[in-house]
Amino acid sequence: MSVQFDQKIHETLSNANLQLAVYTATGRLKDKRIETVAASVLPDYQELRTQANALKKHTLDNLDYYLEQFERNVEAHGGKVVFCKDGTEVADFVLSLAKQKQAHLIVKSKSMTTEELDLNERLEHHQLEAVETDLGEYIMQLAHQRPYHIVAPALHLTRFDVAEVFTRKLGVPEETVIEKQTMIARAKLREKFLAADIGISGANFLVADSGAVVLVENEGNARLTTSAPRIHIAVAGIEKTIPRAQDLATFLKLLGRSGTGQPLTVYTSFLSGPRREGEIDGPEEFYVALVDNGRTKLLADREKRQSLYCIRCGACLNTCPVYRKIGGHAFPWVYSGPIGAIITPQFMGTMHEPALPFASSLCGACAEVCPVKIDIPKVLLELRSEVKKTETREKLNRWEKLGFQIFAWLMRHPRLYEMAGKMASAVAPSDNGGWIRTAPGLMDLAPPMRAWLSQRDLPPPPAKSFRQMWRER
Amino acid sequence: MSRDHVLHRVRTALGRGVGQEPPPAPPARIRIPEVEMEARVAGLLAGVAALAGKTHRAATPEDARQYVAEAIAGKTAVASNAPYLAECGIASLPGVRTGVTGKDELRELCATCDVGITSADYGLADTGTLVMLSSPREARMVSLLPPMHIAVLPRERILTGLDELFSLLPHPAEQTSSMVLITGPSRTADIEQILVRGVHGPGQITIVVVG
Amino acid sequence: MGKRVSLFVTCIVDQLFPKVGIAMADVLERAGWSVDFPEAQTCCGQPAFNSGYRQEARAVARHFLDVFRDAEHIVVPSGSCASMVSHHYAELFHKDPETLERVHALEPRVWEFSKFLLEVAQVDDVGARLEDVVTYHDSCHALRELGIKTGPRRLLSHVRGLELREMTPAEECCGFGGTFSVKFAELSGAMARTKIDAILRTGANTVVGVDSSCLMQIQGALSRAGSTVRTLHLAEVLASR
Repeated sequence: MSVQFDQKIHETLSNANLQLAVYTATGRLKDKRIETVAASVLPDYQELRTQANALKKHTLDNLDYYLEQFERNVEAHGGKVVFCKDGTEVADFVLSLAKQKQAHLIVKSKSMTTEELDLNERLEHHQLEAVETDLGEYIMQLAHQRPYHIVAPALHLTRFDVAEVFTRKLGVPEETVIEKQTMIARAKLREKFLAADIGISGANFLVADSGAVVLVENEGNARLTTSAPRIHIAVAGIEKTIPRAQDLATFLKLLGRSGTGQPLTVYTSFLSGPRREGEIDGPEEFYVALVDNGRTKLLADREKRQSLYCIRCGACLNTCPVYRKIGGHAFPWVYSGPIGAIITPQFMGTMHEPALPFASSLCGACAEVCPVKIDIPKVLLELRSEVKKTETREKLNRWEKLGFQIFAWLMRHPRLYEMAGKMASAVAPSDNGGWIRTAPGLMDLAPPMRAWLSQRDLPPPPAKSFRQMWRER
Repeated sequence: MSRDHVLHRVRTALGRGVGQEPPPAPPARIRIPEVEMEARVAGLLAGVAALAGKTHRAATPEDARQYVAEAIAGKTAVASNAPYLAECGIASLPGVRTGVTGKDELRELCATCDVGITSADYGLADTGTLVMLSSPREARMVSLLPPMHIAVLPRERILTGLDELFSLLPHPAEQTSSMVLITGPSRTADIEQILVRGVHGPGQITIVVVG
Repeated sequence: MGKRVSLFVTCIVDQLFPKVGIAMADVLERAGWSVDFPEAQTCCGQPAFNSGYRQEARAVARHFLDVFRDAEHIVVPSGSCASMVSHHYAELFHKDPETLERVHALEPRVWEFSKFLLEVAQVDDVGARLEDVVTYHDSCHALRELGIKTGPRRLLSHVRGLELREMTPAEECCGFGGTFSVKFAELSGAMARTKIDAILRTGANTVVGVDSSCLMQIQGALSRAGSTVRTLHLAEVLASR
């Protein structure tokens, strides 16, 4: 794996406080999910998952149709759809609109898509202030860090970290009481909401039959972002589309429960177009930026297309024993956890971080909790195969390839396999690595052995193999 | 900007032609349980209470008026233009500003008042949720800016849940630019997973069910 | 219709934990089944498949298909190896219709050991006796790919003298994951230590499971931590008298 990946994993594993924070926080979310989808509480949970999967499959298999329907309906309600190839086009659109409307202040509600597009950075250079308003994202923006978790961006920070950031970036006197920190942020951000010219949000769902954008949240910052400024821009990946408003009866029952163990988040906004005739408040202009940024690449792969079903609930992160140990920042891209592990190689190329699909024990817990039934382990296995094909082609990792070729050859020749087994047994140390461990040079020849022994003991080799014992039975 | 380009890429990826009809979508899954009115009321109130919201069951509109009067005593309040609030006599409570139709005036009021009073289009019993559609009668800011929100609705508007809502209202976009489902007070646990209420939206929410 | 089973002991049991295979054979024979061991067997190919080497995995899988072509029931003391054959061979050969047909013919005949006992042999009490306090580890592939959860517990409940204590959290991966255990050694070790914390909290003397690879990981972590808690395969428990 890349040095960075290895290093970042090691850093998290060696930071006991961080370990505890990540493990505990995800544990709580995991347990709450289990409570709210229990058979006694949500008896049709499995049916809902099946329905959600079917809806996503149908929509994505026919995405062009639904995008066009969405566009028509947005426009019918006075809004405008802008298709964007990539982050540059989204930024260009926002910048030119801001210029045209003489806008200077932007407020943003939580959007992983805008993180993916580096939107804030792109806007920064143009005298446009773009303020994150979700508390966790606000803190991360001040701290100049990436979100740690899809749903809990500041999961890894303590109140003391937050106090330090607030004092340094906001100039407020040191405050370590969490409630008070929250009120500081509330006051600062309220000013921004009420002065902002443009509100940029993401979208949890794009509803094709309504031309509507659906946003779920707990804080109220998305409502403010999309209601206070005179212009609302929703930035969303094209895969967020669902066919009908009625399908929300399925998706909304799964999203909150899966992500945070809430039957519904505090606010669910269903927004279509600028404010209507007679409505007192709401934006005067409504835009939806539909983003590709490589999604069409994933769409083209029949087997891996399901990676786009994701509704960004975070359940897979909370349940993944690997994520719960290494946390979000160890991952090479904005998307972390099991979903990050499957979409990163597809967006960035498998060689961006070839070890990423292997950073999993394939336990399958993610697939079990995914509300839209993405078969994450299956996609991981496909990606592993792709990595090895590329490596073989580019003559990388040749020893490993040779090793497995020998493995395959031995396993097709039972007598040779048996002989190899006997030989290994003859030289195998009986005392947990014994003579191998004391010969450092030799350990370098057997990295897997050294790797194993670095963490746990080896089983003592048996006197006889099963087949020998069987013959004597 | 790149409309044709993106749509073309989508079609190519899917092997679909321009204007190609998709096969029928899986039918929407709507299952409406049979729940008696009393149970619905109880469900809504219990759901709200479980989220640290306050609740009151008013036998009559007059009772509701009395309750709200007590709740807002000593506080500044702005009420939406919902006819139901007028029916209950809540809109005419002393100290309640209402009848505002100008956006800036209303925003200013909401930003400075202690309490925002609204009605609600529906309640959802299974999750303790209020459903509010933006309209000339209900502005967005009244339930959003003030730190305390009181919603008053007649019991008949309480539905069993999302399925019934989307069955009654399959096309919310035809009615309004904004339908918001409100389930409890604004909250965050972004710092150390410690729960704090009222981070952006109201930290205190009260539901009054009449009848 | 004779009651015959063919053992697929798995390469790890063959080479590292042979007593598991013997125990499995003993239990099956006591339950009235005659047991054969096709000597030409080696491995199911999972290590290559999981490491991304599908071509190599296919080569090994073809050998497996040949060896077990005529077997009526193939019994496996491993959830992950059984599911490799019954759930992943189809993926390996999806572009090879002829071999795929052979795979589909074989799939229903492959049985993880505890499932075989309960669903085919239809026994849940094999007359075992073991005075011990144990906890049970749910191996991931067994649990999630084969639905193995209540079965082994039912079998353990009939072992005389045995007390079963559940660990919490249950169902968490031990961190083995095949080559993952050495490619991501530190991470795998961290996961193992979390697992053994849960084990030690039960106060049990023995950890029981249906997958020797998990047990190897768990035992390695336990002994490294200086614990005397041992691991036993379900077959070994059921063979105890």
